[in-house]
Amino acid sequence: MIVDGIGASVKRVEDHRFLSGKGHYTDDMNRPGQTHAVFRRSDSPHARIKSIDIAAASKMAGVVAIFTGADLAAEGVGGVPCGWQIHNKDGSPMAEPMHPVLAIDKVRHVGDPIAMVVAETKQQAKDAAEAINIEFEELGGISDVRAAIAPGAPLVHDDVASNVCFDWHIGDKAATEAAFANAFKIIKLDLTNNRLVPNAMEPRAAISEYDISSGEYTLHTTSQNPHVIRLLMGAFVLHIPEHKLRVVAPDVGGGFGSKIFHYAEEAALTWAAAKVLRPIKWTADRSESFITDAHGRDHVSHAELAVAEDGKFLGLRVETLANMGAYLSTFAPSVPTYLSATLLAGVYTTPAIYAQVKAVFTHTVPVDAYRGAGRPEATFLLERIVDVAARDLGMDRVEIRRKNFIPADAFPYQTPIALQYDSGDYQTTLRECLRMADYDGFEARRKAAAAKGKLRGIGMSTYVEACGIAPSAVAGALGARAGLYEVANIRVHPTGSVTVFTGAHSHGQGHETTFAQLVADQLGIPFNQIEIVHGDTSKVPFGMGTYGSRSLSVGGSAMVKAMDKIILKGRKIAAHLMEASLDDVEFKDGKFTVTGTDKSKAFAEISLTAYVPHNYPIEELEPGLEETAFYDPKNFTYPGGCHICEVEIDPNTGTVAVINFTAVDDVGRVINPMIVEGQVQGGIAQGIGQALLEHAIYDESGQLLSGSMMDYTMPRADDLPNILVGTESTMCTHNPLGAKGVGEVGAIGSPPAVINAVVDALRDYDVRHLDMPATPAKIWGIINAHTLKMAAE
Amino acid sequence: MPQISLTVNGKPASAEVESRTLLVELLREKLHLTGTHVGCDTSQCGACVVEVDGKSVKSCTMLAVQAAGAHVTTIEGLASADGKLHPMQEMFREHHALQCGYCTPGMVMSAIDLVNSHPDGLSEEQIRHGLEGNICRCTGYHNIVKAIHAAWFVMHGKEMPIAAE
Amino acid sequence: MYDFSYHKPGSVADAVKMLGADGEAKALAGGMTFIPVLKQRLNKPSAVVDLSAAGLSGIKLEGDKLIIGAMTTHATVASSPEVKKAIPALAHLANNIGDRQVRSRGTIGGSLANNDPSACYPSAVLALGATIHTNQRKVAADDYFQGMFATALEPGEIITAVEFPMAERAAYAKFPNPASRYAMVGVFVAKTAKGVRVAVTGAGQNGVFRHAAMEAALSTSFTPDAIKSVTTPADMMNADIHGSAAYRAHLVGVMAARAVAAA
Ligand SMILES: Cc1cc2nc3c(=O)[nH]c(=O)nc-3n(C[C@H](O)[C@H](O)[C@H](O)COP(=O)(O)OP(=O)(O)OC[C@H]3O[C@@H](n4cnc5c(N)ncnc54)[C@H](O)[C@@H]3O)c2cc1C
Ligand code: FES
Ligand code: FES
Repeated sequence: MIVDGIGASVKRVEDHRFLSGKGHYTDDMNRPGQTHAVFRRSDSPHARIKSIDIAAASKMAGVVAIFTGADLAAEGVGGVPCGWQIHNKDGSPMAEPMHPVLAIDKVRHVGDPIAMVVAETKQQAKDAAEAINIEFEELGGISDVRAAIAPGAPLVHDDVASNVCFDWHIGDKAATEAAFANAFKIIKLDLTNNRLVPNAMEPRAAISEYDISSGEYTLHTTSQNPHVIRLLMGAFVLHIPEHKLRVVAPDVGGGFGSKIFHYAEEAALTWAAAKVLRPIKWTADRSESFITDAHGRDHVSHAELAVAEDGKFLGLRVETLANMGAYLSTFAPSVPTYLSATLLAGVYTTPAIYAQVKAVFTHTVPVDAYRGAGRPEATFLLERIVDVAARDLGMDRVEIRRKNFIPADAFPYQTPIALQYDSGDYQTTLRECLRMADYDGFEARRKAAAAKGKLRGIGMSTYVEACGIAPSAVAGALGARAGLYEVANIRVHPTGSVTVFTGAHSHGQGHETTFAQLVADQLGIPFNQIEIVHGDTSKVPFGMGTYGSRSLSVGGSAMVKAMDKIILKGRKIAAHLMEASLDDVEFKDGKFTVTGTDKSKAFAEISLTAYVPHNYPIEELEPGLEETAFYDPKNFTYPGGCHICEVEIDPNTGTVAVINFTAVDDVGRVINPMIVEGQVQGGIAQGIGQALLEHAIYDESGQLLSGSMMDYTMPRADDLPNILVGTESTMCTHNPLGAKGVGEVGAIGSPPAVINAVVDALRDYDVRHLDMPATPAKIWGIINAHTLKMAAE
Repeated sequence: MPQISLTVNGKPASAEVESRTLLVELLREKLHLTGTHVGCDTSQCGACVVEVDGKSVKSCTMLAVQAAGAHVTTIEGLASADGKLHPMQEMFREHHALQCGYCTPGMVMSAIDLVNSHPDGLSEEQIRHGLEGNICRCTGYHNIVKAIHAAWFVMHGKEMPIAAE
Repeated sequence: MYDFSYHKPGSVADAVKMLGADGEAKALAGGMTFIPVLKQRLNKPSAVVDLSAAGLSGIKLEGDKLIIGAMTTHATVASSPEVKKAIPALAHLANNIGDRQVRSRGTIGGSLANNDPSACYPSAVLALGATIHTNQRKVAADDYFQGMFATALEPGEIITAVEFPMAERAAYAKFPNPASRYAMVGVFVAKTAKGVRVAVTGAGQNGVFRHAAMEAALSTSFTPDAIKSVTTPADMMNADIHGSAAYRAHLVGVMAARAVAAA
């Protein structure tokens, strides 16, 4: 029996180094002869660069070199590529304007890099960056998607008419129109999904190096997927072949999506290392992160739900404007489309759905995947309109959900918009969550709160999401320019210890622990005999990295496949040693046994034999015990569940306090319950943050008003409640682990639960809907307006 | 450039710094104690918290020259010489109070100060309020609060009552 | 940060000399405002004069006066038995400035010299009718605050201490800005031998101000009910992404009532 195997809350392997200050984050490293880079960035949302004068700056103390867009263009450096192509309704490809590494001619958002200064120290580089003389002609910017598509709006890219990147749709329009024609009622709702700044606590950083004798480049960078960076930067931007470009992502201090993307700084640094022939380090200041890390969300939608008299959903149609920012970030086009609109069926049997998405360029930081990526937007829309439908129909909010749930026996379930859910049981997660949250006892709590002058509300969301985006062929057909498999290489050493090289990357998820548990469990060897290696393109086979909650379901499955190969080979060796037929040798609990006998060989005996092949079937079998598997999933996985939030509002100030939060999620197979709980809690904290606190606000012209934590509200300990987490899993049917994914469920399920609770708390104030974040000022505004209206009547 | 001497984690240290060098820069760049992190430039996140002369401070908001002669303790100075973790570190591990680990050193340093300054007891509310200066993006704080609560009992040599979750 | 020369004089006289000798020199107290400003390169002093060794910290009760040295930290004020005894509201205010780490270095003198429109201390100083002691004079609170970040201090002048009269009743109620946690609206109410005074920070367009209508109402009856119908004109309030002028005007009433109830 393996004690630290699947299902055990093993304490994390990585914690000792993080707790004792021995983590190895990018900025912790220094290279001999290292220089420092600072970027001179645009303060203007939209301007023509009339001239750049670096003469004075170049002569300043410590300056090694200054590069501008023209220097890169002269050497044929390419634009920052986009990794996903969407097609318009008419079949034509989306607009894909050039995204120069350093701005050429024009700047298009505050923070757009114009020049890179390399100097002996960071302070000297800053001094010189400031001294670069740039003449601008202001062109006037635009930040709001509606304004950007209005006639006469300033164009972000001269060659993109009306600022529309693409105009896309999905679903059966005719069937949906027909459903609406038969509706008892049509519920209409306008919603905005607020723009967010990811703010992983470790700011982005990178160190580039060039070895002139070998022609090899090395880039250490804060990335969730070093191979993707190597591919995009090597193949499309700098034209460096893979064997001459090593990308390493060491310990990374949180990502949440923002460190998936290939950023201009990485390319500029790598390119320049070969020019100055010294290592170059760059670390973003937090204020720089605010204006350069890809933001999240920022959708404006109109939704209509056709319902029958009994509350059955008949059809749904949705129109969305999605803000892309000034340039297309790596996976931006996939977010409002295949990662969002395809989830509009949610957990319901709505038979006809039609969605249209217009993606729009604005003079703002590029927008891309942020924890949940598209699914939080779909879930917020759906779970809000369901609550509004219940209200408009005078139905109970639990009842209307139950009535429309996809029944547990209907799986696999084909939705009307592309996805086929393999498993789920929404009644169970709802029932369990209602129980854990003591939903039935709410009325008493509401009354008690009212006696104290507080408005108490409860809200829920029942959701499904899609993780581990796959298979590669389908993703490719939908526009992905990359494969979406994962790789694992398992190297069994002679004494039976194991090193696993995984293409997934851990930046807080605890892979070094979870994956080791998985391997310990399957190979029946002690947990401490296993080491997990990730994040280095020179060590790990080409893998796709970590995002979209894919690491266990895709990366873990690759490990299982590789271990299957190890076990098969081990059985062959064991059969030879024990003079049995292969069919008679079984592997269990770390032992190869001849069935029905007490003859057995330990795992370590077999591994030793593999490397010391004296008595060995050398004719049929190669020595050694190391296997690689690439796993390409057959389908997405579909985690889901129910979140219930209970809030209390102080009507005098409008402050919303989250009193209780309960989540019951179906995440498939759980390897480490402690880590799963932590992932859910962290995701919910970000979801509550989105619902109540966080908002990246631009003024009309594209100046970021919430450009630091002084104005952008980060959730703190006293903003959040204890978060009660349960799991009720059904197994994924198409991967060997049954795993679904847990990284994003918290951020996806929670925002509508919070807003539904807030709207419920405001039941006496005639509120049908409110957009996030529900700040005190906004809540007070609602209460005050209602009070004034009542007084007037 | 000013030359300063101070005591860091019990050992004498000295370095040449510019007047504008921050304490965190001295620690990370000159003394190679990279456990102390920088997460913001507005003195809000607490990733840089260290102890100076018995008080927890933000090392990103203090000049190195201001720390001349001071006793500074960083995350690297908490474990005992044989590598045994401080009870706060131990409780963070026990309760899964860290994920990416970036906020962790500052969080632990803050938490120790919080526990030390509340000898008579420390409620959940006091812990949450006491962490105002430390931002964690990963954990949702739930487990951090649990870990600090548990560490209070260990650090004050008291038995923790068994409570339901 | 731009570089500068650093000095740590051992007396106020030396500090004054250093600041006087160089028009570009600036005083450094706890650095909780000044260092972030320097980091953002918003200020370029030639010299920084650290006041920490100038003998300016300490708290004493002298008759019916509480005197707090300029370099006394928020943490020290918050935990001081003298302050808790004389004016507990002041200890409470100090205990809710920023966070633990800010409180362990930030000082009362720095806060008042800076006069951030969202800072907490200015409301206490104004409501209690305190007196600011500098190296060259004593300035009454009513003359000291002159708008956002503007004070009666002359170039090179150093705050040495703040002298508070005793209060019969006093309290501070703060509604924090959700992001920065500074005061979005903070109201300090005080009843002293000289009468009732109400000072509001965070909300006004010109920094801290006295609320005459509330003072009048509370002079008649020092109860929350007394100010129920007192309104605050929105046109003199700040408006930003965190709240409209009308919201701030409303919060002034709410916080004032809470302060009165707590006093
Ligand atoms: C994260 C954070 C949160 C905060 N939250 C709050 C809050 O909620 N409420 C609040 O009120 N404040 C808050 N502050 C500000 C804090 O209280 C500062 O300590 C205070 O504003 C400045 O005091 P200091 O001692 O740090 O002064 P410094 O930053 O050193 O100096 C500030 C200015 O005053 C000048 N100066 C300093 N001392 C003197 C003197 N004795 N004579 C003349 N001039 C002098 C300096 O030259 C400088 O211009 C916060 C700060 C931070 C970083
Ligand atoms: S780095 Fe010091 S508070 Fe953020
Ligand atoms: S553990 Fe990642 S920021 Fe706290």
